Parts: sequence; structure tokens; C-alpha cells
Amino acid sequence: MDAGALSKSDAQKQKFSNLAMNFLTKWGTIITIILLIGFFAISMPPFIKTSNLLTILRSISIVTVIATGITISLTVNGFDLSVGSVATFADSLVISAFVWYEFGLVPAILLALGGCLLVGLANSFLIVKLRIPDLLATLSMLFIIEGVAMTYTGGGSISEGMPRLDGTETFGRLDPFFKSIGSAPWIIVIMLVVVTVVHIFLNYTKHGRYLYVVGGNLEAARLSGIPVDRYRTLAYVLAALLAALGGVILGSRIGSAQINAGAGYLMPAVAAAYIGFSVGGAGRPNAIGTLMGAVLMGVLENGLVMMSVPYYSLNIVKGVVLAIALASTYFRKR
Amino acid sequence: MTKIAIEFPGVKALSGVDFQVKTGAIHALIGANGAGKSTLMKILAGAYSHYTGSITIDGQQVEIRTPSAAKQLGIEIVYQEVDTALVPYLSVAENIMLDVMVNRMGKQQFVRWNEIHRSAQQTLNRMGVKIDTRELVQNLTLAQKQMVLIARALSEQARFLVLDEPTAPLSTTETQELFRLIKDLAYNNNVGVVFISHRLPEIFEICEDVTILRDGLVVTHQPVSEVRPLQVIELMLGHRFDETYPKTKVPIGEKIFEVKNLSTYDSAVGNASMYVRAGEIVGVAGLVGAGKTELSKAIFGALPQKQGEIYLKGRKITVRTPYHAVQQGLALVPEERRKEGVLVEEPVYINLSAASLSLFSSALGFLRGAAEHASARKVISDLGIKTPSDSQKVAYLSGGNQQKVAVGKWLVTEAEVYIFDEPTKGVDVGAKHEIFELIGKLVAAGKGVIYASCELAEIIGITDRTYVMYDHTIVKELVTAETNEAEILFYSTGGK
Repeated sequence: MDAGALSKSDAQKQKFSNLAMNFLTKWGTIITIILLIGFFAISMPPFIKTSNLLTILRSISIVTVIATGITISLTVNGFDLSVGSVATFADSLVISAFVWYEFGLVPAILLALGGCLLVGLANSFLIVKLRIPDLLATLSMLFIIEGVAMTYTGGGSISEGMPRLDGTETFGRLDPFFKSIGSAPWIIVIMLVVVTVVHIFLNYTKHGRYLYVVGGNLEAARLSGIPVDRYRTLAYVLAALLAALGGVILGSRIGSAQINAGAGYLMPAVAAAYIGFSVGGAGRPNAIGTLMGAVLMGVLENGLVMMSVPYYSLNIVKGVVLAIALASTYFRKR
Repeated sequence: MTKIAIEFPGVKALSGVDFQVKTGAIHALIGANGAGKSTLMKILAGAYSHYTGSITIDGQQVEIRTPSAAKQLGIEIVYQEVDTALVPYLSVAENIMLDVMVNRMGKQQFVRWNEIHRSAQQTLNRMGVKIDTRELVQNLTLAQKQMVLIARALSEQARFLVLDEPTAPLSTTETQELFRLIKDLAYNNNVGVVFISHRLPEIFEICEDVTILRDGLVVTHQPVSEVRPLQVIELMLGHRFDETYPKTKVPIGEKIFEVKNLSTYDSAVGNASMYVRAGEIVGVAGLVGAGKTELSKAIFGALPQKQGEIYLKGRKITVRTPYHAVQQGLALVPEERRKEGVLVEEPVYINLSAASLSLFSSALGFLRGAAEHASARKVISDLGIKTPSDSQKVAYLSGGNQQKVAVGKWLVTEAEVYIFDEPTKGVDVGAKHEIFELIGKLVAAGKGVIYASCELAEIIGITDRTYVMYDHTIVKELVTAETNEAEILFYSTGGK
């Protein structure tokens, strides 16, 4: 009798610990964000000021937009490493359009997005038609586009009033509205709109469903009659377009085109997308999770800077947080 | 081997099997699917340790519980799937000498390349096979890969060599080459060869003795010269315990689907022609590896078609990809359920709508969740899928219920022709029965069904007409009511 009762309470304990573990896996990221905010707010009251919170949101918007693109490439079980280069390329295109060619707002942005759409198509061609593994195809594209962007700008930067490399004077000016999209509130609005639209696209349209199905089991998707090549192409094109949008915002933010300006956004964006997997128990790439991943890293970075942790040590903490977040996603998967 | 018995959870795979092989002779081991041939040979090769019974070599009792124990006794086995045993990006020599490099290196740390190539070359010479030892295995043909595996077995001084369906992927000339080698091994090198094959003519060509297994028991053991092919087939089939097949009479209508001279590039399907009438269940019978799966996939556009024409309701259709197939009204329930048929990580309702999502989305592509769930619940109750809710992950369902999900997704699409490829594989008896009933309902609604299976009893039990495949082509068309298992098996094993 005793033994039976004991094992029953053991089973209950087991069940409880399972539930707790489940809960932590699902909501760990969000709990961590809340705890971090609480911790920083108590130790440094200015942290919780509206202006600082807006600063955090502003600081994560470019990463989030680019990371949403990566998220889409992840839904088809792919991976887009070229997004950093694409952002750089979009930055070069949009600034050169204004400064060199005196384009208006809409044509300039369309030029940047259009140029990067071609990159997305090129990625799809390498992956879908030539069957190069996605990581390697987009790695090649990372180099190619980095080189293209640099060749296009002549290996230098572009800003208002700066002569071209051959000495030609430039008279183009950045559009005033273009300048404003890189600062609050626009930059935050754009980020939230992108996340919302992508979330709706992935979860409430058949196209989003197909992307997940293709990613879940390519062969089963194909045999269900889903045009898998078309949807894989779509994923890489959307990833490139969102990276381009990130690059345009980046151009507005720094007001110039700089060599490899977008490269630094690749890894944080990858991290945000992967941290987002577990949010809310989705267990798959998803837009809101990606936003939460970016928020987590933004809060951490901002708070640590305010606590005067030297900038050169920040990455240690970021890396550790990433490892913990990923452990919560993968640890129980066995 | 005496009184060998082994059980797996829920199945008694072998019960008291006695089996003897002489060195210097070729011994055939045959039996229908699931008779226990492979299991018996795996025991001999040390792949299982939980069997009962004893193994004796040269009158001495030996203990074989691990693969290395088997190898030490000179027992080598060449499994059916050659690719699983080879390392594609290593050279021929490295693959041949793999066991030596793994087990015989001792304290030696550096590889002596010249020696490796020389011994590999010697082995190949002994076999009379011309393959460059420096060639990478991934560049070889299937037949050459098989030779490499046999060479590996020989490099280990094999005394007993087990070949599990070695001729299945080979052409006629390649098969002859292999036979020459096997004879040479047996008669000149005194190796005892166990030859497992589904192809009866081959057995009569090269084997001296034959052991026939059925349902985990030895049915007979005698010299090949004393049996006739038809007798072998009868012994393989025996009488099965009665399974019932719910075959309802359905009036058969017009021809609705026809395939003419269909071939694929890698000759996985050669020149196949077949037709299906409304309300008809057409069987595709054949042994494992005869090309049934390839035929199903080629019809469905999942394998590239080299030539051939497909007609649906008298209209010529092009089926370049499965996408086109589904658009035209074909449905395929593939053989590899978990790999190709269902999305195991997704809930049931997503699986059930995967082939028909357009029906549940608005013009702009937005999903109508309520309609999707309603349809899913209808399919679940129609098919009796046992699941706590339509949001349960398919991974948590039983095999039979997963199969019903794989079938169920096509019920929503209203296809005209349903292709089933081994739908009862890994499914329990009850679920099997339900799948047959489901197929019965489809034909009652005037659909056409193509039913590919290596289970002859099923072919006899539920089809109206059947095509028999052998060696990647359709060799015979039979009316089910006028034939029997023995006749189908006769044509499946290459009889003419």
C-alpha cells in the first residue's frame, strides 16, 4: 500500500515538473524579458522611462525587420545568410539613387527593393534549381552581394554633397520623409507593421500554411500537390525583400551608404529568429517570437550599457543569453 | 543452426528453425515477405543477441551474439541495401578494407596506403572483377557496389557468405557476372554461400539445396533438383489463416484513366501500360523492388517521366509534377507514410487540409479556420480516426490512424483516381479492414482505384483486375476472379 501511494505522489511530482518545464519552455523568453525589465527598473529607475523604452524599440527595429525575413526563410526549413549583404546593397542603392541620380522618394525605395528582389530570385535559383544546400548558396550570395555593393559604390561611402569617386560633383539630397523613417516613431511603426503583416501572412493565409508544410516535410508537401519550388522561391524572395527594407531604414538612420553597413545585423537577426522559436509554444519560426527575441536582446544590451558594462564585454552576456534561450528550445526535443 | 527462435515485441518472428549450410555449396533460402529469412540471417550475422537455440560450425557449438563474433567465425553478410554499408566518398580500396582498417589496425596509427590498395586489388583480382581501387564508391554502378561489398566479405577470409537479394538491382549480364563469381567462391574457394532471392529461375539455375520458410517455420529443406517451381510457390504460400476482405460488388463503368507506355529515366519503370475503369479496383502486384512504388510515383508525376501518355476521362493530361497530378484529380497515398504521406509534426487538421487548402481559403488567400476544422472533424468521424482532437499532432497517433490521415487528406479533394501504394504496411488488422472498407466506398462512388501491394492475399481479396510487375515492367494482366495467389506469384517471380 505504502509503496503504491508513494509512487502515486511521485507520478504527480513528475507530472507537475513536466508541466512546469513545458510552461518554462513556452514562456521562458517572455518571463526573462519581464524579469530583466524588473531588475533593470529597480536597480536603475531611469531605465523604465518612456524615452528609454522607445530607445530600446528603436534600436531593435532594423534587426527585427531583417530577422523577420530570416524567419520566413526558416519556415521552409531553409536559411538565408545573405540578408546582411542584401541590407548593405539596399542601403547603397537607395542612397545612391537620392545623391547620385536625384531620384524621388518612391522611385529610390523601389529601386532598392527591386534590386534586392533580384538577389532573392538568384538565391532561389541556386537553391531550388541548382540544388545547392541553402546555407552554402546564401553564403556564396553573401560574398557576391557584398562585392556587388562595394563595386557599385566604388569601394567608398556615399553621402549628401560628397563627390563621386571619379570626382563628379553630386547635387542630390535625401528626401526629408526618407530621413524621418529612420527615427522614432516611424522606425518603430514600420517594425510593428512588418511583424504584424508577416504574422498574419504566416498564420492566417494558405500561403503561410504551405510554407510551414514545405518546411515540415518537403516530400510529403510535394506529394500533397503543393508546388514546393514556387513556395521555396517565395520564401527567399520575401527574405531578401525584408532585408532590403531593413537596409533602406538603415540608410535613413545613418543618412549615408557605408561599406558593409548591414553585415553587423546578420548574426543578431539570426539569434532573434532562433530565440523566437519557442515563444508561446510555437516550436517553429514565427514573427512574434522573432520580435520577442529581438526585444530580449535589446533590453539586455540597453540595460547593461546603462549599468556601464563596457561595450566590449556585452557580447559575452548576449552569447550566454542566446545559449540559454536555445537550450530551452532544444533541450527537451529528445 | 538448430531450434532458432526469436521474438520481437508482439511478434514471434522465428519459432524453432533448423538450418544447415555446407561449405563449398550454394544454398537457397526463400519465403514470402515476412517469412523470417532476413531475421534468420541477421541472427547468423550477430545482429540480434536475444534469440534462443544453438549454432554449430564444424561440429563445434559457437556463440554468436555480436557482429564481430560472427566475423571472427568467418561469417559475412551482404545486405540488400548496398548503400547503407558503403561509405560513398571513400575509395573502393578503403571500402573493401574497411573492416580490416577498423578491426585489424591494432596499435598501428598510420594508414599504409600502398598495402591497402594492394590487398584490395588482390581481392578484386581473385574475384576477376575490374574496378579501379582508387575510384570513389559514389561513382560506381549498383552492380559494382555489390562487388565491392562481396570483396569486403572476402578480404575477411569468409567461410560463409550470405547474399540477401543480391540480384534485385542488377541487369541480366550483371547477374550472370555475379553468378560466375558465386560459383567460383563456392566450388573453388570452398565458401558456403546462402543465397536469398525472390527470383525462382535464379534459384534453379545456381543453387543445390533449398530451404523454404513460412511464418517463421521451416516448411521444407531439400535438394533443388527434387522440387518444381510451382511446388516451391505452393510451399511458400501455404494456407494462411483466414483474413476477410470486405469486397462489395460495384458496377464497373467506363474507362476513366489510362496510362500508355510510361517509362522513367533510370528505367525504374519500363514501358508500362494500364487502365482503370470507374468503380474498379486495379491491383499492381509484384515483389518488393519490382517497381510498384516507382510506377505509382511516375503516374503521379513524382518521378520524372521519360515517355508515355496519361489519359483521364478520355482527355490527355500532362503530369509533370505532383502539383499537376492533384490539379487534374489524381491522389497518391505513398508507401513511406511517415516520410512522404503525413506531416508528423503537424496536427491532424493541418494534415487533412494539406492537399485541399484552396477550398478553405478566401480569394485573397486568407484561411477560413472554422471551415477547415469542420471539414477535418467530418473526415475524422467518417474514417473513425482515433484522436483526442483534430489538433493532436499526427506523431502521437498509431500507425493505422496515421494511414487514415494520409488517406483522409485526399477525400477532401474529390479526386477521380486514387493510387494506394502498400497502404496496409505497418497497420494492424482492424485498421487494415477499415482501409479496405474505405477503398470500397471510393469505388462505390464511381472513383477508380489503383492498389499496389506485395501482399498477394490483399490483391486477391480486394481487386477486380490486377497487373503483375516483375523487374520494373508490367509482365501480365489478370482478372482477379480467374486467378489465384500461386499464379500471381509465378509471374512475380519471373515465370513466363
